[in-house]
Order: sequence, then C-alpha cells, then structure tokens
Amino acid sequence: MTHILQNKNDTLVVKVVGELDMLTAQEFRETVEKAMSGALVRNMIIDLDKAGFIDSSGIGVILGRYRKIKAQNGVMVLWGMNENIKRILEMSGILSFIPFCSSEKESWEIIAKKAFKGA
Amino acid sequence: MDRIVKNRIILEFDGRPENVSLSRVTVAALATQLSVTISELEEIKVATSEAVSNAIIHGYQNNPEKTVRLVCTLYEDWLEVEVKDEGVGIKDIKQALQPAFSSDPERMGLGFVFMQSFMDEVVVDSKVNLGTTVTLRKKISGSGVKNKAVS
Ligand SMILES: Nc1ncnc2c1ncn2[C@@H]1O[C@H](COP(=O)(O)OP(=O)(O)OP(=O)(O)O)[C@@H](O)[C@H]1O
Ligand SMILES: [Mg+2]
Repeated sequence: MTHILQNKNDTLVVKVVGELDMLTAQEFRETVEKAMSGALVRNMIIDLDKAGFIDSSGIGVILGRYRKIKAQNGVMVLWGMNENIKRILEMSGILSFIPFCSSEKESWEIIAKKAFKGA
Repeated sequence: MDRIVKNRIILEFDGRPENVSLSRVTVAALATQLSVTISELEEIKVATSEAVSNAIIHGYQNNPEKTVRLVCTLYEDWLEVEVKDEGVGIKDIKQALQPAFSSDPERMGLGFVFMQSFMDEVVVDSKVNLGTTVTLRKKISGSGVKNKAVS
C-alpha cells in the first residue's frame, strides 16, 4: 500500500507499506500522480521503513517519479530500506544518483541542503 | 545435479498482477522444505517475481485472461522454477538477456539481471508467437533452517 503522509514545504512524503511489485507499483504511481496533480510538489521523500519487498517493477516506478522530480529541479530522498531492499536497489544502480538515508529527519535535512544549493 | 525429486508443485493462474505475489510466496513456501537461508529465500522470491511479471507484462501484454504455468521442483539440494507463457515470444534472446535492455522505455531491463544474479542457472527458451519458458535453478547450500514459516 502507498500512503501520502503529508505535503509540506512543497515536499510530498510517500510511505510504502508491504510489497512494491507489479500490482502495488501501479497503485503507487496512481496515488503519487494524484497527489502531484492536486498540489505544488517539488521534492519527494519516499519512506520505505515498512516496505518488505521490491522488484524491478517497484524500482521502475520509483525511477519514473525521480525523473519527474528531477525535471523540475526538485530533490528525491529514499529512507528506511531494509538490508534486502537496499541490496536490490544498489544492484539496480539507482542509489548512485538518488540520495538515501536512515530517517525522515535526515531526509528533510538532505532536502533543505540540496534545495538551498539549487539541487 | 542430483536428480531425485523431493517435491513438486504445478500452478496455473491468470496473468493478473495479483498473482505475482501469490506465485513468489508459493515458491518460497515450497523452498522452505529444503534448508534455505533467509537471504536465499529473498533471492528466490525476487527471481520468481521477475519471471512471472515478464510472462504477464511482455508475454501476454497484460491480457489477464491468459494462463501462466509455473512448475516448482525440489531436488535434494536444488530448487528449480519453470515459468511458462504462450505469449508473443522473444525475437532476440541474447539481446533480451543483456543488462538494461528493455523493449519498454518505461522499464529498466533489470528482470534478467536479478534472475541471473540470484539464481545459479537461467535458461530461456522462446519462440516468436508461441511463447517463452524461463527455467531458474538455484543450488541450496543447506546451511539454512528447514521448514521455517514464510510470511
Ligand atoms: N516472457 C516474455 N515474453 C516476451 N518477451 C519477454 C519475456 N520476458 C522478457 N522479455 C523481453 O526481454 C526484455 C528484458 O526483460 P527484463 O525483465 O530483463 O527487463 P524488463 O522487463 O523490460 O524491465 P524490468 O524487468 O526492469 O521491469 C523485455 O523488455 C522483453 O522485451
Ligand atoms: Mg522484467
């Protein structure tokens, strides 16, 4: 399940609970697109703390949102990946350009710093 | 390879996205009848998920009425997962297996990368307009715990 936790300071906080595969990636995309169309969203924090599984469809949908955020000079941060998820994301290569950390607090700090520098 | 079959399941299901998690959880549950480690289980789940997703997305172009067939066989110290579709088939298997190759611009071409990294053997048999069978084999080290519950 994908939940929109909040939209504060142009930053959308998206929480993934459970699995992010072909089925739930579709739901993720729809939920996030809806939130982005209804409000000003520049940056995005994706909370994976309660995510238990990810595969290529899940990675694809995160990358798709990253491209949109990047296109408008925003910042995306991932946090809370467990060991398995981190390993898969590392193999995919996306962690070489999407910043990640281990708490929501840190995510806000990364956004504040990068947004200040103009991403 | 050890050829004594310890157990086998055959599963046929609609090519619906809901069945991707069903199939990987089923395979993982069967795999626990061997001594798999938690991390081997995760690898088996990802590889199964990739093969089944490909059958639905590419093989059947998301037509949910088509049937995917999965055969999972346990040998003494091997796990084998065969995923079969009767869909569009793959014209150039060598190209399809290349990392980052995808026929869909929205996708990253990671499926076969994960299958090849997480399993010891990946065999692709495909004919255009007849379909594709992907066979995944993994050696089970035997250092894990048997019959542990899978969530
Ligand atoms: N069952 C199949 N039937 C037809 N074509 C397939 C099948 N499986 C894979 N392919 C082809 O092989 C390509 C590579 O597959 P792979 O899983 O590596 O990447 P992908 O599915 O395109 O992207 P990702 O897995 O990252 O979402 C696909 O783009 C598709 O063209
Ligand atoms: Mg794939």
